[in-house]
Amino acid sequence: MNDAVVVGAGVAGLAAAIHLARAGMRVRVLAKGVGATHLAGATVDVLGYAPALVGSPTEALPGFVARHPDHPYAHLGPDAVVEAVRWFRELVADLGYAGDPDRNLLLPTALGVPRPTALAPATMAGGDLAAAGPLLVVGIRALKDLHPRLLAENLRLAGFEARAVEVDLEGLPADLQSVALARRLEDAEVRKAFLRSLEGEAREGERVLVPAVLGLEAWSAVWEELQDALGAPVVEVPTLPPSVAGVRLARTLRAALREAGGRLWMGAEAFGAEASGDRVEAILTRTGGRVVRHEARWFVLATGGVAAGGVAADARGAFRETVLGLPLRWVPADGPAFLPRYLDEHPASRVGVAVDGEMRPLGPDGAPALDNVVAAGAVIGGAEPWREKSGEGISVATAHRAARTVLGEAGG
Amino acid sequence: MRRLETDVLVIGGGSTGAGVLRDAAMRGFRALLVERGDLATGTTGRFHGLLHSGGRYVVKDPKAARECIHENLVLRRIAADCIEDTGGLFVTTPIDDPAYADRFVEACRETGVPCEEIPVAEALRREPRINPRISRAFVVPDAAIDSWKTVWATVRSAREHGGEALPYHEVVGLLTRDGRVEGALVRDHRGGEDLEIRARFTINAAGAWAGRIARMAGCEVAVIPGKGIMIAMNHRLVQTVVNRCDMPADGDILVPIRTVSVIGTTDVRVADPDDWEISPHEVQQMLDAGENLVPGFREARALRVWGGVRPLYQETKAEDTRDVTRAHTLLDHRARDAVEGFLTITGGKFCTYRQMAEETVDAMCAQLGETRPCRTAEEPLPDSQEARFYRLEARVESREATLLDDQLICECEMIPRRALVEAIRRRRTTDLDDIRRTLRLGMGPCQGGFCMYRATGILHGTLDVDAARADRSLLEFLQERWKGVHPVLYGDQLRQARLDDWIFQGLLDVEHLPGADVAPAAAGTAR
Repeated sequence: MNDAVVVGAGVAGLAAAIHLARAGMRVRVLAKGVGATHLAGATVDVLGYAPALVGSPTEALPGFVARHPDHPYAHLGPDAVVEAVRWFRELVADLGYAGDPDRNLLLPTALGVPRPTALAPATMAGGDLAAAGPLLVVGIRALKDLHPRLLAENLRLAGFEARAVEVDLEGLPADLQSVALARRLEDAEVRKAFLRSLEGEAREGERVLVPAVLGLEAWSAVWEELQDALGAPVVEVPTLPPSVAGVRLARTLRAALREAGGRLWMGAEAFGAEASGDRVEAILTRTGGRVVRHEARWFVLATGGVAAGGVAADARGAFRETVLGLPLRWVPADGPAFLPRYLDEHPASRVGVAVDGEMRPLGPDGAPALDNVVAAGAVIGGAEPWREKSGEGISVATAHRAARTVLGEAGG
Repeated sequence: MRRLETDVLVIGGGSTGAGVLRDAAMRGFRALLVERGDLATGTTGRFHGLLHSGGRYVVKDPKAARECIHENLVLRRIAADCIEDTGGLFVTTPIDDPAYADRFVEACRETGVPCEEIPVAEALRREPRINPRISRAFVVPDAAIDSWKTVWATVRSAREHGGEALPYHEVVGLLTRDGRVEGALVRDHRGGEDLEIRARFTINAAGAWAGRIARMAGCEVAVIPGKGIMIAMNHRLVQTVVNRCDMPADGDILVPIRTVSVIGTTDVRVADPDDWEISPHEVQQMLDAGENLVPGFREARALRVWGGVRPLYQETKAEDTRDVTRAHTLLDHRARDAVEGFLTITGGKFCTYRQMAEETVDAMCAQLGETRPCRTAEEPLPDSQEARFYRLEARVESREATLLDDQLICECEMIPRRALVEAIRRRRTTDLDDIRRTLRLGMGPCQGGFCMYRATGILHGTLDVDAARADRSLLEFLQERWKGVHPVLYGDQLRQARLDDWIFQGLLDVEHLPGADVAPAAAGTAR
């Protein structure tokens, strides 16, 4: 029997699973696919806008949770959020994550918007716009998902010194998506061509911004070779999905899980559960065309929000939690779920499971709905992760707390 | 103010106006068309894409049915490239009056609409997803027609004959003297100089907006805007147009067109053709109607909802707009209002646009005392000379040609980079919505999630515009796409929309671009 079954292999699910496995638990992670991390920019956002730009999440969190008593951060407390983010930074140390919740980095997006985030991988953190100095944005023609001129000009509009160049690498197909280009750049010949195309481009004192395509496995060698050859700091900018940096992060987390003894079942889509009284006995997956029961003493629900499929709505506007059928909160009672103005806060944008301070999903009466279930990540409602720039912070901190709940109770 | 002179001024760039422009130009008149928005963005670009056989109207409105089948055959000849010959079915579903089918057959015979009954089992073999409880099925020559392609091809043909069309030019006043319309004052919404256009003859083809134009000449024309909504589903749930075999009602047609199928429509009288909304109730009504035609319809993915306003002409008051004839009306303002040099053509349907144009230009010739025969029914439109119907596979074929040497910018609609650059240059527009209508940019399942950023970057690099202008184009397009998506967000399309949020808000942080506060346009102003 498993000690814990974790449903979902995004940042929240894997972080919780690693924590549990390192504590000696027998852990199984069930995943429908590779997880939403492959889409994400791989930064760890904690709190970027509240709604004004946040300089220091650590300083802003106490006020933020006071104003948002229903937010997941309010159930965790500001100190626990900061602690969990630092714990995660150690967990993914292989990727050289830099930064701290004490001060947000300001990293350029592919559109050239300065975007606040708490942690970023080594290849990105050097783009912090708090540091002075000119920027050279390099685009690669075969990649349609980063437009250097637009990026540079928007940075100039935002008050930064930036210029752009787009290079055409000989021998590449006309259309390469980011992950394919990253694999190509692990080839020394392609790197040579890239460097040739950039010869004499970087000026004294410039940081060089490139799309985040500098290798998948061998990113560190590719990145360092480029910096050495150009004699300038090289900074990756996240592209449209698939995200190379996100793939690296997901791989690092999966490797950490393996190392800790946890197991990952891919292609195992959870669609229901067997329960007896207030306890879940098993999660059911469809795996290879048959139904498999996954028994455990504890279950961690980390299925994500609407985007990842943890929460769904039908054609009559009824929302449901897709695995356990848990009650949802923040569902608009009547009136439209979405408003006509795209950037407005939509009535349905916070829909999710409600939890207590131990990350136990709550029933309609406000008491924990199940004895042996905790939730982590975007399946928990009450937040607007993209607007707040808080997605990974919520995932990491709720996962950390959920795992501790499991360990505390399971051990005691 | 710039002055232009022409023989014929056509007001309105929908199918009717485009048809009049082409017809007049082919008869040797100097002809000029003005349209307040882009071509085919009023009612024309907002219908379900059904090339009627006439079957829909045989019982209720035999005149309209006769016009439909006549023009259906003409358009198959002259606009083949715009038509996918899907064929059509009329089926008696469980909620339909079983006695209607016999009346339908009789009325088809009387109006000349070809109609052949087939066994229910055969209908279900052809269309396995339709309601298995249908009791009768009839084959008719319905088809799917692309209204944008048709209007552009019509305007291109007009240009080949010396005509000209000016989109984004709005008539703000008519030039009148001694009971005679002599042209119009026109405002250029894209920042150019205002125009004073002098014309021997002025034709009001403003459709649902025709009353406003007529009023500028002192003529009262009552056009009732009848709103209809449609929902595009992400798949071809059927391969044939499927109609309910009963009196015309809400949600009685499912049209397969390109990669989607469109359920339509409703019919609600509105006061102002520019100011109306799509209610959640109407959306549910369409989904129920879809469920009746194709069980499980609600489980399918709804891409987008939109509405259009039919121009329904009525000299007297009419409450239920569906009871107004779908046949068209040509108003001779000389006889009716003692105003010379001015005709209004309104009502009608997309399918009969050519015939409406022919009658209008005939009437103009009569008033001018000239005899010039109409040739629009004989000469095919550009790209349709070979009389080959459009096939769904065509877009894959054209993509294969550039597979290795070009980038795919919009994966859903298979738009290569070169085509995008060419369209941006040719149209010289910063409005990505113009490009959408030209190339179908952002019209597929992700509704622009992946192509919008790319297209913005390419727009910025192609035209000499600053980043702030490009950013605004992105934000306006985002808002425009959202408009048709938010009333039908559920199931997989809701997930898609959240993924798009992830890209735009999570990854790109568009909400912190300068000028991010884009106001939504009213439902009536763009599809």
